[in-house]
Amino acid sequence: MAGGSVIAEAEAQLRDGLESAAARVPGQLGRAGLVAVALGYVGAFLVLPLVVVFAMAFSQGLAAFLQAIQDPDAVAAIALTLTVAAIAVPLNLVFGVCAAWAITKYDFRGKGALITLIDLPFAVSPVISGLVFVLLFGANGWFGDWLAARDLKVVFAIPGILLATVFVTFPFVARELIPLMQAQGREAEETAISLGASGWQTFLYVTLPNVRLGLLYGVLLCNARAMGEFGAVSVVSGHIRGMTNTMPLHIEILYNEYDQVGAFATASLLALLALVTLVIKTMIERRDPAARAARRGAGH
Amino acid sequence: MSRAAARRVLPGFGLTLGYTVLYLSLVVLIPLSATFLRSTELGLLRFWEVVTAPRVLASLQLSFGASLVAALVNAVFGFIVAWVLVRHEFPGRKLVDALVDLPFALPTAVAGIALTALYAPTGWLGTWLEPLGIKVAFTPLGIVVALAFIGLPFVVRTLQPVLAELDRELEHAAHGLGATGWDSFRLVVFPTLWPALLTGCALAFSRSVGEYGSVIFIAGNIPMVSEIAPLMIMTRLEQYEYAEATAIAVVMLLLSFGMMLGINALQLWAQRRQGAR
Amino acid sequence: MRRHLPLLLAALLATLGAGTAGAARVELLNASYDPTREFYVEFNRAFAAHWKASTGDEVRVRQSHGGSGKQARSVIDGLPADVVTLALAYDVDALRRNGGLVPANWQSRLPDNSAPYTSTIVFLVRKGNPKNIRDWSDLVRPGVQVITPNPKTSGGARWNYLAAWAWAIRQPQATPASAEAYLRRLFANVPVLDSGARGASVTFVERGIGDVLLAWENEALLARSALGAGRFDIVMPSLSILAEPSVAVVDKVVDRKGTRRVAEAYLRFLYSKQGQELAAKHHFRVRDPQVAARSRAEHPEVAMVTIDQAFGGWDKANAAHFADGGSFDRIYRR
Repeated sequence: MAGGSVIAEAEAQLRDGLESAAARVPGQLGRAGLVAVALGYVGAFLVLPLVVVFAMAFSQGLAAFLQAIQDPDAVAAIALTLTVAAIAVPLNLVFGVCAAWAITKYDFRGKGALITLIDLPFAVSPVISGLVFVLLFGANGWFGDWLAARDLKVVFAIPGILLATVFVTFPFVARELIPLMQAQGREAEETAISLGASGWQTFLYVTLPNVRLGLLYGVLLCNARAMGEFGAVSVVSGHIRGMTNTMPLHIEILYNEYDQVGAFATASLLALLALVTLVIKTMIERRDPAARAARRGAGH
Repeated sequence: MSRAAARRVLPGFGLTLGYTVLYLSLVVLIPLSATFLRSTELGLLRFWEVVTAPRVLASLQLSFGASLVAALVNAVFGFIVAWVLVRHEFPGRKLVDALVDLPFALPTAVAGIALTALYAPTGWLGTWLEPLGIKVAFTPLGIVVALAFIGLPFVVRTLQPVLAELDRELEHAAHGLGATGWDSFRLVVFPTLWPALLTGCALAFSRSVGEYGSVIFIAGNIPMVSEIAPLMIMTRLEQYEYAEATAIAVVMLLLSFGMMLGINALQLWAQRRQGAR
Repeated sequence: MRRHLPLLLAALLATLGAGTAGAARVELLNASYDPTREFYVEFNRAFAAHWKASTGDEVRVRQSHGGSGKQARSVIDGLPADVVTLALAYDVDALRRNGGLVPANWQSRLPDNSAPYTSTIVFLVRKGNPKNIRDWSDLVRPGVQVITPNPKTSGGARWNYLAAWAWAIRQPQATPASAEAYLRRLFANVPVLDSGARGASVTFVERGIGDVLLAWENEALLARSALGAGRFDIVMPSLSILAEPSVAVVDKVVDRKGTRRVAEAYLRFLYSKQGQELAAKHHFRVRDPQVAARSRAEHPEVAMVTIDQAFGGWDKANAAHFADGGSFDRIYRR
């Protein structure tokens, strides 16, 4: 009951604010103009590219589209992309939770530096992200001879693609959780511990329920990026058809083979994934305003 | 006192921090240090020669310049989008709100190919722009377009929460005190918003500088004109010049790292400022 | 997503299992350059049938395509390619220079400079040749847009560049300086510099950029016949270059994998009647005189220089034109 009245109050305030904002802008015209500018910008920059992808994918009808995505090389690329994401995302999920716990629940020196380092892959050019693993694990890299002697393959094989993907998607979950957990403070956990709960129980029953949605949001973005990474994976993949081509690489190959329908059909699958991600995210936010708060300060 | 208590009360400090540092080292720090070490093979003189070659300088200038322009474009239009999304009710608002995240979720290569198909002289928008003398695809303008696409959500998403907050508090008061629309924007809205705006732009900027997938299709890649820095690294790689490639990579890394430090300092500062108020 | 993970993994394992279970079949990896995609799809099928018929063994050849230099880099860094079929000898030689993946005599192990098929550089223009482009001199006219890839990263582009140079240096009173000036004007007319030959073709054909594409003859013929039926014409310049894409077994890889026998047979099959016919079908100029005679209509006689005769070999050509500070770097200097 109490919660309901708070929301109602907030809504009333918001409506108030909206009305007063509307009153300030000189007339309906200016307001409509502003909306038009925003819509125009979003339309030209976000909607049109999306429309192009689907229009091209279906430019020769549904049959051509279906044929393109059932091509064995396309299927292999889809399977590889799903596999890589299925491994990379949980790895970064565990890391993200650990990092967020360590950073938000304790005070220690160098915390700021640690946060910056976690963000670092975000600002590293994807080309460099791929290159570093070639320098380490390539035939002429630091571990090249060691790997060759044991007949282990990292670059130009799935482990290399995985490493590059993990690197690129590294900060997503942590970046989502840290501000959220920071905002929630430590009192709840400290109380649970003082009541005799174990650390693990505290995390499972106190922390996790509070950050559930932020966590899911982070995982969704991490997953989308993991499936869509191009530059870094391109450097380490070797582009072996049906083996080490991920979906984005397969798209590039088809595009280069004058197969526009095939390229855009595969691209439309990824675009569809992006849309599904956004829908799930919007649903989460609608169900729980707390998740919306997770976005605050997250910066992305 | 409370610090020491927290460390005692909550278990798992050693485990979580240890794991964080280990994983960070394995996945990020050690690999990146390989880049630095590889570039030292060149020696200082050759390193300097490589990173100050005219084409490299031009590409760095382009990458940073185009990213700056894209960030500024997004500062203006991202602001308007965020403003409209928070302040105005219009049909499809929720849809637009959701779409803002599209550049995060859409694979960069798909974005690049789609933008190229759109802005090439034969593309949907290109056919209209070309007669007007506006060339987008295969020019530096095309790079700005791709980077603006990449950067938009950073600006909108950092502004939105602050704008929403503002709505309920300060501006209301200013309005109540009789301030005009422009005055309240200039004196109340903007001073509160600009740290967030700066942070959003800085994030978009640092992401744009290294962007490869979406830019490479639309860029044109002409030396000294439309060749971006990541492409210079790629070009060096493909000529088996690894040390040279890493030298350019190191310069980009240092610049990016400096930027990240700056952003975080900015955020800390903004937080403290808000805290003080 | 994560709930379905076990299912996905199981499906994946099943796919992998199905791929390897049946017979102990051999797999080869052919690292090739861009415009051979269509050819090797067909050739690999023919070779698998041939190998099955002559030895009873199954062989599956996997393909990796990309810019020639990039492919060589990947093999040097450990891409386990049994054979390389690259755009130019220089890139195969890179395998020798960086890690000794092939022996010094690799080019003499197979006939014809280890190049079973050749091509040359031609001009692809829009239908009816609206800009009236006849020869190299027309490419530097104001208002003519030329599409060619970046010679630093594309093998095909190096052939383009050297063909242009060879023509320029043979003009009356020409000097290296005048040839360089010609190339500077030529590249001033280039609006897009793709990193690979195929990227340049896509820019010209699909994006509609440019008036003339400098291309491999086989690439131009493919674009004319398969893609833009009636949209393009091919113009033969007065002088071009004999482009010899080289093939080689990667010794270090086949010796480790134990695939030498089949890898060598694979390359020799390129020289067989069937191999030559397939290469001819995909618009290459072939070595076999009988097969070549049948496709003469497609390949008009043209005066051609060779890399050895006109440039003293790839090492010299590379040092003079494409290395740091070479002529290509200089023409972009302001």
